[in-house]
Amino acid sequence: MTASLGNRRRERIDALAARAGALPEGDGGVSLVKSAFRRLRRNPVAIIGAVIVVVFLLVALFAPWLAPKDPYAQSLLSEVRQGSIPGPRPGYPLGVDQLGRDLLSRLIYGSRQSLVIGVVATVLGSFFGLLLGVLAGAFGGWVDTVIMRFVDILLSVPGLLMAISISVLLGQNQVSLMIAIAVTQVPVFARLLRGSMLVQRDRDYAVAAQALGVRRRRIVLSHVLPNSLSPVIVQATLSLATAIIEAAALSFLGLGNPDISRPEWGAMLASAQSVLSVRPQLAIYPALCIIVVALGFTLLGEALREALDPKFRR
Amino acid sequence: MLRFIVRRVLQLIPILLGLSILLFAWLRSLPGGPAVAALGERATPAKIAAYNKAFGLDQPLWTQYLRFLSRAVRLDFGTSQTTGRAVTDEFLTRFPGTVELTIFAMAFAIGVGIPLGYLAARKHGTWIDSASVIGSLLGVTIPVFFLAYLLRLLFAVQLGWLPGSGRQDVRMEATHITNFYVLDGLLTREWDASWDAVLHLVLPGIALGTIPLAIIVRITRASVLDVVNEDYVRTAQAKGLATNTVRRRHILRNALLPVSTTIGLQAGLLLSGAVLTETVFAFGGVGSALRTAISNRDYALLQGFILILAIMYVLVNLLVDISYGLLDPRVRVK
Repeated sequence: MTASLGNRRRERIDALAARAGALPEGDGGVSLVKSAFRRLRRNPVAIIGAVIVVVFLLVALFAPWLAPKDPYAQSLLSEVRQGSIPGPRPGYPLGVDQLGRDLLSRLIYGSRQSLVIGVVATVLGSFFGLLLGVLAGAFGGWVDTVIMRFVDILLSVPGLLMAISISVLLGQNQVSLMIAIAVTQVPVFARLLRGSMLVQRDRDYAVAAQALGVRRRRIVLSHVLPNSLSPVIVQATLSLATAIIEAAALSFLGLGNPDISRPEWGAMLASAQSVLSVRPQLAIYPALCIIVVALGFTLLGEALREALDPKFRR
Repeated sequence: MLRFIVRRVLQLIPILLGLSILLFAWLRSLPGGPAVAALGERATPAKIAAYNKAFGLDQPLWTQYLRFLSRAVRLDFGTSQTTGRAVTDEFLTRFPGTVELTIFAMAFAIGVGIPLGYLAARKHGTWIDSASVIGSLLGVTIPVFFLAYLLRLLFAVQLGWLPGSGRQDVRMEATHITNFYVLDGLLTREWDASWDAVLHLVLPGIALGTIPLAIIVRITRASVLDVVNEDYVRTAQAKGLATNTVRRRHILRNALLPVSTTIGLQAGLLLSGAVLTETVFAFGGVGSALRTAISNRDYALLQGFILILAIMYVLVNLLVDISYGLLDPRVRVK
């Protein structure tokens, strides 16, 4: 069942799938979730990642209370002119942008956009990916062949090119941006879940359930699927980071939300390029936000992988 | 081995067909369809109807697809509506720039990445190791175009050490034969033109090479760590081989196998359009053409470029697969 393209990329996904979900050994009857959580708590990488993610979530949630100013309100306009943009001053901790809007408030509100883009794109991508993966993994046979051929075709287009084509097709707006990012995630999730389900399907408990006469739908949905999900959870965490970075790239290419007055990190970063030599902080702060949040999700994802991966268990 | 290659090549066919169907469908589903793509968005309905008739777009989809396919096989992707040149010609003039940039970026990524990854693994658990792990995470999370702008601002605009835009100084008036500017300079013995082209590659090359660098460091480190604990390494050490021989012949040679695949895949990705980096540095390659095509809604060019690039990516993948089969006999049997 090996096809030829992006073979390494696929093998990597498959290897992840195969590793995950093996029964915990030497953990004395503690459930996978419990033992994974126990390992997570002891891992400093996981804690740093989790702290970043939690702070980011809180900021996004409480943005209206945290932001000192209205992110759309233009003030200090008299002092903004070509070649000079006011820096930090009382009331404006990070200064204002090239249109006289409070930078800190825009960064705080921007977390909401990034969160929405990341979460919606990942949820969409993983949902359709999982759907394809479950169908392929549960039915096998020609269903599997057809779905996996389709997934292989999607995998053979470089991610950014695919996102660009879809954004161009759907027009320039927030929704199409999220769909474009989601589509690039679909094949990864599909292949991952299928691989993981193939491993689980042959395990003793699944075979036992089959021998006991449990119906296939029930075996798939309540036995095989839950046990196949751990690599998917890891991938979803990592995808949140990728989605936020990709959204910034698409914004930069002019494929993001056409309403550039909206506070969004990618758009802020892109629009600050024109005044980079005047006040580089306007680009540096949103970039730092993107980097830190992406790093947070990546660290958490890597730590989750270690916690859920039997190879790392000690 | 031959059977392995033939099998891999045959497996290409459904994927290439699938790709062509996707891109054919893509152009048809655009607002206005291919007529608007070829004539521009301000085309009158009469012109559109005439175009549709002339190019058989009033015929069933199936016939249209076959025609698209037969033209695509002959590398005919229509003409760009902004420049009026054939898409394929446009691609061929710009591709050498992207190739040069990719070579430079990968040389940078490999030259720095493998030693660094190896060092991190040898010093496993020390601060060097942690620093390289954190560094490689940062390299993947930093938005490429932001890094590109920072490099340009610092080294080109403020310090003025290196050129920050274009492929060659326009005052150079260099002769161009192959459009590989570095190579052209060597062929025509215009050494300074060659050197100038190399200098123009440095900043975009570093920006573009950062992600592959981060990934190579990571893979090399993980792979060396895997190999160091293998039985054959312990055996080699136990039988008294010189440390350097063990390192070179037993550790590095085996550890670099997965690294070589990564390198191939990353090179394929970079070739498929350094859209962000080329845009920042106004570098006249394939990526900046894609960027312009996006803002001009030059659909014919977008379709042709994306199809050519995707095919190229698929072919690079195939080469990586075959070379992996050559390097590692176990792959062939699977």
